[in-house]
Amino acid sequence: MAIETKGLSLWYGDFQALFDVDLSVREGQITSMIGPSGCGKSTFLRTINRINERHSYVRTEGGVEVFGEDVMAEDVELVQVRKQIGMVFQRPNALPISIRENVLFGLKLHSTKKMSRAKQDDEVEKALRRVLLWDTVKDRLGDVATSLSLEEQQKLCIARLLPMKPRVLLMDEPCSALDPKATSAVEDLIWELRGEYTILIVTHNMAQARRASDECIFMLMGKVIEHTKTEEMFLTPGHQETADYIEGRYG
Amino acid sequence: MSSFQTTDLNQSNRRKESLVRILLGMVTLTLIIPVGIILVTLIAKSEGTFSWAFFSEFPRNSMTEGGIFPALVGTLWLVAVALLASVPFGVAAAIYLSEYAEDTALTRAINLAIINLAGVPSIVHALFGVGAFVLFFEFGTSILAASLTMAVMTLPVVIVATRESLQAVPQPFREACWNMGATRWQTIWRIVLPNSISGILTGVILEVSRTVGETAPIMFTGAALFLPFLPTSVYDQTMAMSLHLYVISTQVPDVPEGLPYGVALTLIAIVMILNSVSIGFRTYLRGKKKW
Ligand SMILES: Nc1ncnc2c1ncn2[C@@H]1O[C@H](COP(=O)(O)OP(=O)(O)OP(=O)(O)O)[C@@H](O)[C@H]1O
Ligand SMILES: [Mg+2]
Repeated sequence: MAIETKGLSLWYGDFQALFDVDLSVREGQITSMIGPSGCGKSTFLRTINRINERHSYVRTEGGVEVFGEDVMAEDVELVQVRKQIGMVFQRPNALPISIRENVLFGLKLHSTKKMSRAKQDDEVEKALRRVLLWDTVKDRLGDVATSLSLEEQQKLCIARLLPMKPRVLLMDEPCSALDPKATSAVEDLIWELRGEYTILIVTHNMAQARRASDECIFMLMGKVIEHTKTEEMFLTPGHQETADYIEGRYG
Repeated sequence: MSSFQTTDLNQSNRRKESLVRILLGMVTLTLIIPVGIILVTLIAKSEGTFSWAFFSEFPRNSMTEGGIFPALVGTLWLVAVALLASVPFGVAAAIYLSEYAEDTALTRAINLAIINLAGVPSIVHALFGVGAFVLFFEFGTSILAASLTMAVMTLPVVIVATRESLQAVPQPFREACWNMGATRWQTIWRIVLPNSISGILTGVILEVSRTVGETAPIMFTGAALFLPFLPTSVYDQTMAMSLHLYVISTQVPDVPEGLPYGVALTLIAIVMILNSVSIGFRTYLRGKKKW
C-alpha cells in the first residue's frame, strides 16, 4: 500500500474534522476523493504530508503509513516527508520566480552541492516534458512563472515536484480554478502520470472522478463512507449517502 | 412615456451627490492650504539666503552669519547611526512576528507594546535616552546616545512597515515552499524577502524622513547648540539641522530674518526629497510586481 491510515482522527482545537479514518491507497493508481464541502478532504491530504501541524491547535491521533513507514513517528524528518509526498493545490501557486527556477526550486532546497548547468537544464527539460509544457515554454524559461496562464501554472506546479522524485502526489482540487478545456488538459496529464506515481486527488467534479480514477473514496462529515473501485461506486453505490451525493442531492 | 426618463428622485439624488462632492472637495482643499502657505512663506522669506557658502560653511559671528555645513553633516551622522541600529533590529523583529511567532498571548502583548511605543511622545523618548544611553550605558551626550534614542523611537515604524510588506506576500507562495520541504528560513530568504524588500525599503526611507526633523530626542542626548568642528566618531557631540533651526529662531539675538527660513526650507526639502524618492520607488516596484 502506498498510503495506509489507521484510526486517524484530527481536531482543530475542539472541532473534530476527521473521525477514525481507515484508508488504504494503492500504489501506482489514481485514487479520487469526493464528498461535500467541509467533510475533511483537504484536512486528510494535509495530514499525510504533515503540513497541518504548523497550527499549534491541531491535534492528531492514529497512524499514517506511507510505503509501510510510519510518518507520524518521532524520528521522522518532516523535510523528507514533504519532499517525497508532493502536493498540488486548488489555486495554482507557481512561485514568483522564473519558470526554470520554479522547476529547480525543490532540487536546490535538497541538494548540498551546486548542480552543473547541463544537469539543471536536463532536469528542467525532463520535468517540463513530463507535464506536456516543454514546447510552450522552452523559449521563455527565464520569464516569471506567474505570467503563465492558470493551466500552464498548474502544470508547472506539478512539474516542479517531479525532480524531487516524489512517490506520492496529493492533489487538492487541482482543476477547480481552470476552465473546461484546461481542466481536460490537466486531467490528461494526471492520467499520463498514472503508474509512475501514486496519486490521490480530491475533486468536486463527479465526471472527473469517474473518468480519471481507479478507485474512489467518498467522505462525509469527517468519516469515510465508502471506498471501492470507481466504476463500482458510480454504478452500484453501496450506501444511500453515496448514491445521494453522486446524484447531486447534497450541497 | 419612456422607461428611461429622469424621475424627481433621480434629480434630488443628483443634487445631493454634487453637494457632497463639493463639500468634500472643499475640506480637502483647506487641508492643502496651510502646506501651501508654509512653503510659499518659506520660499519668499528665505530669498537671498541660499548660496554655495550657505551649505558649505560653518556658522560665524554667534551663528548670525555663515552656513549650516556642520548641522547638515551632523544630521547625516545621526540618521545614519540611527538607521544602522533600528533597521537590523526592526526587520529581524518583524520577520519573527510575521513569519515565526504563533498567535499566543505573548505575541499579542508584543504587538500591543509596539503600537504603544509608537504613541509615546518624543520628549519621553528623549528622557529615556538620557537615562538609558547617556547615563546608564555611559555613552555621554554623543551621536551614539542621540541616534540610539531616535532608533528606539522609530523602531515601531520600521517593524510595522516591514511586517506589513511581509504580510503582503501571498500565503500560497509560502505553502508551496513548505510543501516542497523548505524550512521557514529558506522560504523567507528565497521567496518572501525578495518580494517584500521594496515595501521594507519604502518603510525605511519614510523612517529616515521622520528622523531628520526630530528635535526633542536629540536635544539632551547628543546634539550641541554650536560646535566649531565636525564630529569624528559616534562618541562626539554634533550639531543638527532641527536643533540649529530651533536655536537660531529662538535663542540667538540679531539673526538676519532670512536665515531661519533658509534652514527650515532646507529641512523641509530634505524630507520632501526623501518622501518623493520613497513614493517613486514604491510606484516603480509596484509596476514590476510579479503577481
Ligand atoms: N485551519 C483550520 N482551522 C480550523 N478549522 C478548520 C481548518 N481547516 C479546516 N477546518 C474545518 O475542518 C473541516 C474540514 O475542512 P476541509 O478543508 O478539510 O474540508 P474539505 O472537504 O476540503 O472542504 P472543501 O471541499 O470545501 O475544500 C471544515 O469544517 C473546516 O471548517
Ligand atoms: Mg478542500
